[in-house]
Amino acid sequence: MLRAGKGSYFEQRKGDPVSGSFWMIWPNNAVLSAVILFVIAMPFLYAARKLVHELFRSIGNMVGGPLRLGARWLFATARDMKERNKAVLLAHGREEVSQHIEREFERVGALVTRDLEGYPALQRKLLDEITRVEEDYKKCGEVPPASPEWVEALVSVAKIKSDGNEMVQRILEEIKRSVHGIHDKALAEYRRAFESRHKILSGFMPFWRSLDKTFGQVDKKLTGLQDTSSKIDAQMEKYEQINKKTDKAEHALTMSAFTQFAISLLVLLIAVGGALVNFKLIALPFSEMVGAGDYLTATLRMSDVAALVLIFLEATMGLFVMETLRITHLFPIIANMSERMRRRMFWTAVVFLFVFALIEAGLALMRDMLAADRAALVQSLAAAQAAPPDPLLRLIPTTAQMVLGFFLPFALAFVGVPLESFIYSLRTVGGAAVVMLVRMLAFVLRILGNLVRQLFKVLATLYDVTIVLPLLVERMVKAMRNGEAAASRPAGRGT
Amino acid sequence: MIKRLLVVSLLLAGVSACTDQRSHSQAVYMLVDTSGTYAQEVRKAQLIINYLLGTLQSGDSLAVARVRSRSFNEKDIIAKVTFDSRPSQANAQKRAFRDKIDAFVKSVSGSAYTDITGGLIQGGMFLNETGAGKKTILIFSDMQEELDKATIRSFPISLKDIRIVALNVVKLKADNIDPRRYLGRLEAWQKRVENAGASEWRVINDIEHLDAMLSRS
Repeated sequence: MLRAGKGSYFEQRKGDPVSGSFWMIWPNNAVLSAVILFVIAMPFLYAARKLVHELFRSIGNMVGGPLRLGARWLFATARDMKERNKAVLLAHGREEVSQHIEREFERVGALVTRDLEGYPALQRKLLDEITRVEEDYKKCGEVPPASPEWVEALVSVAKIKSDGNEMVQRILEEIKRSVHGIHDKALAEYRRAFESRHKILSGFMPFWRSLDKTFGQVDKKLTGLQDTSSKIDAQMEKYEQINKKTDKAEHALTMSAFTQFAISLLVLLIAVGGALVNFKLIALPFSEMVGAGDYLTATLRMSDVAALVLIFLEATMGLFVMETLRITHLFPIIANMSERMRRRMFWTAVVFLFVFALIEAGLALMRDMLAADRAALVQSLAAAQAAPPDPLLRLIPTTAQMVLGFFLPFALAFVGVPLESFIYSLRTVGGAAVVMLVRMLAFVLRILGNLVRQLFKVLATLYDVTIVLPLLVERMVKAMRNGEAAASRPAGRGT
Repeated sequence: MIKRLLVVSLLLAGVSACTDQRSHSQAVYMLVDTSGTYAQEVRKAQLIINYLLGTLQSGDSLAVARVRSRSFNEKDIIAKVTFDSRPSQANAQKRAFRDKIDAFVKSVSGSAYTDITGGLIQGGMFLNETGAGKKTILIFSDMQEELDKATIRSFPISLKDIRIVALNVVKLKADNIDPRRYLGRLEAWQKRVENAGASEWRVINDIEHLDAMLSRS
């Protein structure tokens, strides 16, 4: 109905400058009118070509320039941030490794003090044992007395020929009997000597065992020392890498930070779960103490806030306990305290934690009583009366709630350890994320800047396409002029 | 020391300024029709009251009033209570409230006429006095108003920002003959309470739907 030149609407508004047909040179023919207008406008468009091109270029530069500038600035900022992150990361890593090395040295010191302090005594014991063994060995080396000299005489007597002489035979028999007696005596003596040597040798055994044990101990201690020193070597190498600011060290530290971040986040989430259980235990009894009618926000009751505050206080006390035990290092002021002051603070925090745990156990009991009261009320309001629950079944949840209420604050006390890891690793992870974000933004700005510039170049080309006819004429005229000039030049030279 | 105290008091003042001063409690005024044969339905009303006692929290208010020949009277309020902010006290109040309702149910007797409008005016006044954030009038009735000649209720009433819920609107014999009477009656009431400025008009014949309505914000 509203098409150009048709229908009552256009008929009524014909000739009206605000209607859509005022520009029509050829009435009721929009296409022809447009072509005629275009042909009329073409010389003007051609004349304005340079200006329009300049305009497009200017607009392209005006829009694209700041975008590219912004992109460059963001890239530079990202680079600076990365450098700063690297510096922080390396500084933190250096501190961590130096602490590690310090602890390893402390361990070595303790090992040396504990094990090698008794080394002189051990050495003396070893020397004594060795001397004793040596002496015994020497004793073993003592040979029995040599055979008497009469053996030679015996040989000479043996050469005597008896020739059936009775006297000689009797003498020889006498000698034989004597020799037998002496032989038996010598043999017995030899046996006694060997027996005593065997006794000495068997007496060696405990000393050998003791020596073996002592050497084993020495070996074990030295191996432990060697292990610790190899750990120190590895840490020292890491420290050197960090000092040299190598990419390898940075990469290793970043990876470690990401791992720490993930682990600490997981543990913190578990702790949050524990805190929620804790909150559920004490929220209802708190409404009995501070009332259930006051609201901090539309959905947050004051009693809930009070319960949360108690849980946060417990976590804070736990944090102080961890700090004073020097397990975490979130507060330098606590770390720099004197030993006496630190111990006082530790005991104060422990006492607070204990009191809070007792309060929570009491609140858990109160919660159970309130829940039971409410259950009894609801039961009395209900039409059907249920059987009373088994006292044992009632006792188990009550006890469990009280135990949970008592121990959860102590469990929450350990939240300081993952919290510290989380905070330290967050700096690295957050820094890396921000750098990535800034780089992405810079990339987008750069693309946008290029797009704008290219867009205006395309627009300039499109403009040329619309005035293609005058441009062709221009080219032809230029070609003709060049031809004429080329033709006239040799002729001119000839004349 | 004084400086510290000042800082602490300023912090406390800040916290108290931050607290939400709006009322988050809700007040429910239940009208129980005791006229004619509908008085037999009072046992059902007791179930609903018990349900309300189980649902309402500390700080909420509840009142139960009967609809008789003329109901614009404090004497018609059977029991009313604003539950203590301590849950244990609130439970004790609920028990006492239940006992009053039990006694009422045992002694209820039917009236000749039904003045729902008078009860609504009385309920509106009670709810506005409580200052609760959410105000609801539950009408346990067949919504058939019958007034004696001397009673005047044909004037505009104000039920601004009050939710009106008609419960257990049973069909009368005449409604069974011509259901348009029942629908027309409900439509007329809807028009009347909406003109009175009520925030919502609902008809609930299933108590489970009442649960959803009371629990939503």
